[in-house]
Amino acid sequence: MSEASDRGPAAPVGSRPGWTGTLRRGLTRLLPPDRLLPDKQPAYVTSWIYVFGVLTLSALIVALLSGGVLALKGPAWWHYSATGHFVNSTHLWSVELFFAFMVIHLWGKFFMAAWRGRRALTWITGVLAFVGSIGTAFTGYLTQQNFDSQWISTQAKDGLNSVGVGAFFNVTDFGQMLMWHIVLLPAILAVLAALHILLVRIRGVVEPLPDARGRRPSTPRPADADRSPNGSDDD
Amino acid sequence: MASIDAAPIDLNHLGHYVHWGVIQISWANLIVILLMVALFVAALLLPFPKGRDDERGE
Repeated sequence: MSEASDRGPAAPVGSRPGWTGTLRRGLTRLLPPDRLLPDKQPAYVTSWIYVFGVLTLSALIVALLSGGVLALKGPAWWHYSATGHFVNSTHLWSVELFFAFMVIHLWGKFFMAAWRGRRALTWITGVLAFVGSIGTAFTGYLTQQNFDSQWISTQAKDGLNSVGVGAFFNVTDFGQMLMWHIVLLPAILAVLAALHILLVRIRGVVEPLPDARGRRPSTPRPADADRSPNGSDDD
Repeated sequence: MASIDAAPIDLNHLGHYVHWGVIQISWANLIVILLMVALFVAALLLPFPKGRDDERGE
């Protein structure tokens, strides 16, 4: 029997946890499983206005999936087959709904001052995701291969040239815009959306603003109040 | 016979626009914005269905 097997497979190599153990403990402390996938929410979340965030995420997932199918099948399919037209329209309308839901989500969060309670980074990642979505949508319009995309690209090129980025971001270059639309911007958007959602889970959903007498409209459930890094020390 | 590619409404004409001072917006965009505002107000005012915990009186 070898010397290694004499020591046994479970023998500790050393007392230092290494970077994997340190990272695991840090992540578990930052975002324990019951906070990552909670089965209870504060009482004030029982309002339709809180639904628009998840509606936005759902529409984004449909847009990404339908866009993936379009990328697999190619332009000849989405231009000339009935099924291709359907998936192309699904992609368009999921994006229309994505923007509508995202803007209503933005209105709701703006009027409840959702950056309170150490949630500035949640707000900022949301803003960046919104701006990134606009860029993704515009490059999508540029890749329609019709008169609409020609019109938009020739209008946009003057504006982009005037600010000096036309050499790097050429809106009349179909191949470049297609790659931005299906690779770079969706990847950035997916990362920003994931960060935004993780921050919502870490900091929790913002409490309602107090009324004119300084009272809060509702009180979080005890289970939520126990875990206080969601920052009720907001104002 | 109408083609399968035909739009459900006739798009072969100039768009209809609302002019109000310096503001110019197509009816289509205005209707979408008004629908979004209506949805926002409805989300604030309509009661949310009660969950399992609420039914138990927690």
